[in-house]
Amino acid sequence: MRLNKIILSFVSALVILFSTSVASFAKVVGDKIILGAAISLTGKYSSNGVHTQNGYNMAVDRINSMGGVKVGGKTYKFDIIYYDDESNPKRAAQLAERLISQDGVEFMLGPYSSGLTKAIAPVTEKYGVPMVEANGASRSLFTKGYKYLFAVLAPANLYLDVAIDLAVEKNNGKGVTVAMAFEQDAFSQDVRLGVLDAIKRTGSKKVIDDKLPKELNDMAATLVKVKQMKPDVLVVSGHTKGALTAIRQIAEMKVDVPMLAMTHCDAAKLSKQHGKNSQYALCASQWHKTLTYKDDFFKDGMTYDADFTKEFGYAPPYQAAESSAALLVFKDAFERANSFDQKKVRDALAATNMQTFYGNIKFAEGGQNVDKPMVLFQVMCDDGGKCENKVVAPTKWASAKLIHPIPSWSKR
Amino acid sequence: MDFMVFQYPMISVQACLDGILLGILFALIAYGMALQWGVMNIINIAQGDLVILGGYIAYFMYLYGIHPAWGVIVAPVIMYFVGIAIYKLVINKVVDRDLFISILATFGISILFMQLMNFAFGADVVLANSDYGTTMLFNNNVVLPNSKIFSAFISILFAICLVIYMKKSKLGRAIRATAQNARAAKILGVDTEKVYAATFGINAALCGVAGALISITFTIHPYMGLPYTIRSFMIVIVAGLGNLPGVAMSGMGLGVFEEFADYILGTEFRIGSVFLLLVLILIYRRFKLSRKREYLK
Repeated sequence: MRLNKIILSFVSALVILFSTSVASFAKVVGDKIILGAAISLTGKYSSNGVHTQNGYNMAVDRINSMGGVKVGGKTYKFDIIYYDDESNPKRAAQLAERLISQDGVEFMLGPYSSGLTKAIAPVTEKYGVPMVEANGASRSLFTKGYKYLFAVLAPANLYLDVAIDLAVEKNNGKGVTVAMAFEQDAFSQDVRLGVLDAIKRTGSKKVIDDKLPKELNDMAATLVKVKQMKPDVLVVSGHTKGALTAIRQIAEMKVDVPMLAMTHCDAAKLSKQHGKNSQYALCASQWHKTLTYKDDFFKDGMTYDADFTKEFGYAPPYQAAESSAALLVFKDAFERANSFDQKKVRDALAATNMQTFYGNIKFAEGGQNVDKPMVLFQVMCDDGGKCENKVVAPTKWASAKLIHPIPSWSKR
Repeated sequence: MDFMVFQYPMISVQACLDGILLGILFALIAYGMALQWGVMNIINIAQGDLVILGGYIAYFMYLYGIHPAWGVIVAPVIMYFVGIAIYKLVINKVVDRDLFISILATFGISILFMQLMNFAFGADVVLANSDYGTTMLFNNNVVLPNSKIFSAFISILFAICLVIYMKKSKLGRAIRATAQNARAAKILGVDTEKVYAATFGINAALCGVAGALISITFTIHPYMGLPYTIRSFMIVIVAGLGNLPGVAMSGMGLGVFEEFADYILGTEFRIGSVFLLLVLILIYRRFKLSRKREYLK
């Protein structure tokens, strides 16, 4: 009996010790603000997961080396606890629970992709943990009334509607015919809704509306229909698979279309994988290095691009840039809240109105950023076959003139 | 539903030709599956993953400046040894066991391969450009990428070589004998252990060829293997084991069916339609078998 009592007291002492150590680990340890993030380091999103993590790490190092975060007259540094969510929404939700209830994290950074953000958002909302996310653009994230979710990126429905506006502008303000091919996932379907809105707004007409499967690697049927219907614009959104498959088969099948607009060209390394075949494709992007937004930490897009390339050995895709911007937003909110109280930080986040190298950031009621338009770049190649992405819309940021209509394959 | 394919006859021609070319490639993968299923009584769930691994071999050759078409020679050689290694490590422990055990074992291999490929090659979707150009037919109304024609041609070539090899060579005869009756073959001096290893190796080599062709024609990704397993399973179920003309016909039929399903039901139902067809064929077979049983009674 006595032995049992000793064991019981020992275990209780350990539990108390552990719980107090967890409590002291929460949010701030010494001069460190601990943020939590579940990131796809393995599984199908691992490439973009790594871009996201590199973006976060780059910003943490930069902010820490430039004086850190000043709260209540004291200087703090950022630190992030990462877990690998294996590109699995269920795992991501479990890890969010673990970060909050076991590790005591009180502020979160978002995962990669709309699907995983959707899995984590209910958890952070339940615990009242402010989360700044940079890679979940699905419109449905911002219509659920979440109070603690803030996204630095423009919502998915704004990705390709600019392309329809551009085509209408080139058609002297008259409506155009649009062929659409969208993957069956939350993100692409939101992009589709945005395009449908633009079609309605501009008096255009949809002539093909195909849905692409997740295991897409052949869209010949859609392209044969495009050849037959001859639309003014072809819009494709199917992540990297969609972008790569579309360009390969458009070139092989010699499909002539005056305007081709798509998503995920950056992530698909379109110009690198397809070279001149990808020429003239219009790509929606959250960010481009030539945009002239500025901040005190990364200066501007060109400097960010150079610094990131130096540190990680590859040019930053927009997924990395927006992830870095999320940290700048957190720093700004902590300093304005001048507190680590979650409610105060949440209110400060909601009142954010700032410019970063990535773009202006101002959150609407639903948590989406309403102050940063999408940009469209066009793949342009020189005679030597070297291809570059050049911003062509909106006009304010354009570094090159849109080439329209796309020359036919027989003339290339 | 979209019946455009019937309104424009040229689209039907396009769908048929696309389907046949694609089907020949599927048939090559299915033939490998039929071979090892017949000989070893193993349904290989990792078939599609072996295909994707073959694709990565061609892709890496392309990355290092070698034309990916050479992949159809290099990939089967490497994949043959990969197949032998898988046999020695896992398959030989389940070869005489229940079919369910072998399905579980190959399912495990499939998951392992997916994760290893993801770990080694990354999660990006990749492809190898062959720059083979395009063939235009019927006044430019039907377009056939030469890469698809090349794939079909190579698939047929490998299938013919394999048939000759199975008929003429000593190992080929031993494989056929083992497929007919493993016990009798063993008694008559055939080293069945060796035959099993070679069969699994040949299957993996065929997957390697198909993978190289897929990286030239479509795209590859570590998690894209399962649809190829399902298609081969479906083709083998329809054609039966050890029936090469049947496998070829069934493969082409499936290719054309998929293309038409794509046009009529939409691309999103392409793979779904294969599953549906599989279920229908299984129900039909069961129905046919039950009638036969009644007759026997």
